[in-house]
Amino acid sequence: MSVEMLERTDVAAPKPQVQDKLTIFAWSGELDKIWPTLILATTGAAMGKETTIFFTFWGLFPLVKNDVRITGENWMQKMLSMMNRGGDEHLKLTKMNFIGAGPAMMGHLAREHHVASPHELMEIAKDLGVHLVPCQMTMDLMGLKKEDLIDGLEEPAGATKALADAQGGMTLFI
Amino acid sequence: MNAAVVMRLDLKGLSCPLPIVKTAKAMKTLAPGELVEVVATDPGSVPDFKAWSQATGNPLVESDAQDGVYRFVLKKKEM
Repeated sequence: MSVEMLERTDVAAPKPQVQDKLTIFAWSGELDKIWPTLILATTGAAMGKETTIFFTFWGLFPLVKNDVRITGENWMQKMLSMMNRGGDEHLKLTKMNFIGAGPAMMGHLAREHHVASPHELMEIAKDLGVHLVPCQMTMDLMGLKKEDLIDGLEEPAGATKALADAQGGMTLFI
Repeated sequence: MNAAVVMRLDLKGLSCPLPIVKTAKAMKTLAPGELVEVVATDPGSVPDFKAWSQATGNPLVESDAQDGVYRFVLKKKEM
């Protein structure tokens, strides 16, 4: 074996194109977790970051259209949607829910203080080009179909796509 | 060189994250070097505009407060 050292030619090293990225894994579907998820995502996009929210497990239910009541094909999936209504206007609180009184009061306070609702923030996120990606596996598991979910989402994807997109960026799991 | 303010944004009453989100969106329409003046009432906008300016490279030219109204002048960064 021989090694021959060649004279180095001055090639301008390509600048590493590290894209400023934010990926949020939205695992929780409650009002008080989806809310900061959407606040952080819209802010990330406003800061010029390529922003993605990957919605998985309970995080998928806020993406259900507000007028869709029962989803799923078998009784277990239907029961799940009965017990856990989807839609960004039907979210529950992780604490102090009081059968919906908590979220209603939270909504009242938010309007009083001009805080954008999750529904408004979802629209702003779409407008700012935030990638909203539903998890295909959870959709299958919970019996959610594309037509059950709101418009403006990207194609459902898996964990590999989510991790590949997140690579080299900032990641949050909420 | 005194660049002129070409846009005024009244974001009084809005809470986080709307002042930043609306400013960022509006600034997309500006040409490099142009200035925008923003007024807001969210006290959190003071650290937020400073951080946004540093993170995005759009200089925060002026920042002051009077009677609970916060005023910011931002310059659209050169490409």
